[in-house]
Amino acid sequence: MTERIGVYVCHCGTNIAGVVNVAEVSEWAGKELAQNGVVISRDYKFMCSSLGQELIQKDIQEMGLTRVVVAACSPHLHEATFRTACKNAGLNPYLCELVSIREQDSWVHTDKEAATYKAKAIISGGVARVAHHESLEPLRVPIHPDTLVVGGGIAGIQAALEIADAGFHVYLVEREPSIGGHMAQFDKTFPTLDCSACILTPKMVQVGNHPNITLLTWSEVTKVEGYVGSFAVTINKKARFVNTDLCTGCGICWEKCPKKVLDEVFEAGLGNRKAVYTPFPQAVPKYPVIDAPNCTFFIKGTCKACEKFCPPGAIDFNQKDEQITIPVGNIILATGYDLFDVKRIPQYGYGRLENVFTSLEFERLSNAAGPTSGNIVLRDGKTVPKTVAIVHCVGSRDQNYNPYCSAICCMQSLKFAHLVHERTGAEVYNFYIDIRTPSKGYEEFYNRLLEEGTNFVRGKVAEVSNVARVPAEEGKLVIQVEDTLIGRQRRIPVDMVILSAGLQSRQDSKEVAKLFGISCSADNWFIERHPKLDPVATMTDGIYIAGCVQGPKDIPASVVQGAAAAARVLGKIQQKEISLEPVRASINEEQCSGCRICNDLCPFNAILFHEDKVVSEVNPALCQGCGTCVAACPAGAISGTGFSNDQILSQITGVLLLRVNEPGFVQQ
Amino acid sequence: MTNANFEPVIIGFTCNWCSYRAADMAGTARMKYAPNVRLIRLMCSGRLDPTFIFKALSGGADGVLISGCHPGDCHYIDQNYKALRRFHLTRRVLIQMGMEPGRLKLLWASASEGAIFAAEINKFVEEIRQLGPLNWKIPGELTDIPTQKSQVEVPA
Repeated sequence: MTERIGVYVCHCGTNIAGVVNVAEVSEWAGKELAQNGVVISRDYKFMCSSLGQELIQKDIQEMGLTRVVVAACSPHLHEATFRTACKNAGLNPYLCELVSIREQDSWVHTDKEAATYKAKAIISGGVARVAHHESLEPLRVPIHPDTLVVGGGIAGIQAALEIADAGFHVYLVEREPSIGGHMAQFDKTFPTLDCSACILTPKMVQVGNHPNITLLTWSEVTKVEGYVGSFAVTINKKARFVNTDLCTGCGICWEKCPKKVLDEVFEAGLGNRKAVYTPFPQAVPKYPVIDAPNCTFFIKGTCKACEKFCPPGAIDFNQKDEQITIPVGNIILATGYDLFDVKRIPQYGYGRLENVFTSLEFERLSNAAGPTSGNIVLRDGKTVPKTVAIVHCVGSRDQNYNPYCSAICCMQSLKFAHLVHERTGAEVYNFYIDIRTPSKGYEEFYNRLLEEGTNFVRGKVAEVSNVARVPAEEGKLVIQVEDTLIGRQRRIPVDMVILSAGLQSRQDSKEVAKLFGISCSADNWFIERHPKLDPVATMTDGIYIAGCVQGPKDIPASVVQGAAAAARVLGKIQQKEISLEPVRASINEEQCSGCRICNDLCPFNAILFHEDKVVSEVNPALCQGCGTCVAACPAGAISGTGFSNDQILSQITGVLLLRVNEPGFVQQ
Repeated sequence: MTNANFEPVIIGFTCNWCSYRAADMAGTARMKYAPNVRLIRLMCSGRLDPTFIFKALSGGADGVLISGCHPGDCHYIDQNYKALRRFHLTRRVLIQMGMEPGRLKLLWASASEGAIFAAEINKFVEEIRQLGPLNWKIPGELTDIPTQKSQVEVPA
């Protein structure tokens, strides 16, 4: 054995030492694994501390260690730390191996003896494996300075502006005809009651005018290829049927368009738009789109009113979808959320009882630019409600629907209560499970509502019905609820019910995650790299997430995340180059028989076949290092760095070392 | 070694992206599972060379777990399907070699499925405990082994 291996067993305070007898493990490794090349084995309270790292570095330099095994936490947490420590001591960073005795041992087992035994086994595997590690150099690839931001809500807008302001180019892709997202639909924002449009539209205009932003609305990403630093993204620019070079956004086309269409998206089904439209007056860009499935010309072949009246002649019925492919170095996903479909809770009567509204409908109802010009009225369009019920947690914190808290509904409901109170003077009842106001100024807003005289009833609403039991309930909607503070069932007659619907992941979030190669949680929110310390990066290098796509959050938090994701991207762009894990496959030409089995296995087309030499070759720039070809090569001609056959087979033997030494074990 | 105090040893191969992360998540959330499994990280379940399975079984393991991303979620597009193929193939080879196919298990676990990962490990450890220590019989001696294709199918 020529390698000189050092083993370092971390206590991680009591995280590991509380279950695993680290001193025993360390002593065992020093003694029993000496024949496998271990020359020193130590345990220390916190290996990741600078003192712990110095311990390793000192040994590398003084004892001439050629390999290092650190038995501590998951490599996904501290592999980089210990690799850097090795590098600083003059050892190639890839000659270090992490053994997870915390996530895979002390944290998941209770039997101390068994956990200690397992720690020894997996450290033995790490020692056997590390002997076969090779000195590697990270692959350096250039980073394309352009960035793609997907989703033009407030998180995406913030991210795009931060990067563009820093002097780098951004492509902002939005599926709808205008950017603005959900925030553009709101009237007021909690807790300051700022006018939502007044604070959002200046940012939208900035995006529209920014020399560093290419705005692609009415567009969707259809394909993503490549990797961090050099993605090639294909975007489908849906036909607008409007020539944006000529269009001035004057609005004559939608004035003249004879076709009224119920606006299910922006007006939440409360108002109409035309077949040629911009979703709202402050839309950015100002250019309308023609909604082909609803346009009379596309249905019947006649009309063309918009074309006739368009002063610059910008209407173009022959426009086709256009595919463009752009190179970008980094991608930020800010695709937002969907509202919980309140019809899934039939006992709340939405769709059956006409004066039951969703939260988004109420936003439009209370919006001065909305279908009622901001008048809070019942579905008939004129009656002002005298009593209003606001139901919290609709579809959230409910095992039947979404178990999580949607984070924004309490404050949103308080805002609604305030607006109803202020504009109609109606009696307002808020039905809540718990009031959650954990942010700056939020609790104060709640107190203000209490002072305004809003009624708060603690209890989950059982049913909203229109069946009267007493004369006072005639013609009213009746809320049936258990008031848990007084321990009694109550029936409260009201004129209007607002269901404060929770947030859920986009319907197509799974497909989007797949498109970009990232993971979803059980609730289909995108998973961040680390829930606390890396909340905007994903496990896929170069792909970042911001806003509600990561989980329910309010506007300030979305803005923060948008800016944070931008800062991460800017940091990467500034580096100009990025190091990639040198985990790549390579083919030994001498051993390759030219059978071409590997050729079809590679999903990245990284393996090319030389017809002349009758051998295959891996293009390291395209290879992603999955190792499937390595496993499949019948000649054993393909080797994979970092996960070679030698490394894995030795690790298998290593982890079974204790087993084969057990008394009574019969070798098969 | 009698079955009563038999503690199986299981080698589990996980991919770097989903199932290793599921194991990390089980750890972070302190979900408890049987200490009989030792995980070996691969970049992708597609890296799993059937040789690794035989090496593990011949080297003292009583069972082998292969774990990867759910079909459709593979970090490398569709390489977990290659693992699926090799799983079926290897199970048949195990039968031909005189080993119970139940000693090889395939588990799809996404990064958020720590609880499923832990529960499935517990289940597998019990299954192997029932099978007893690996006792490689001469082919043909092995009775009560399912040979019909339908009986060796994997769960979805």
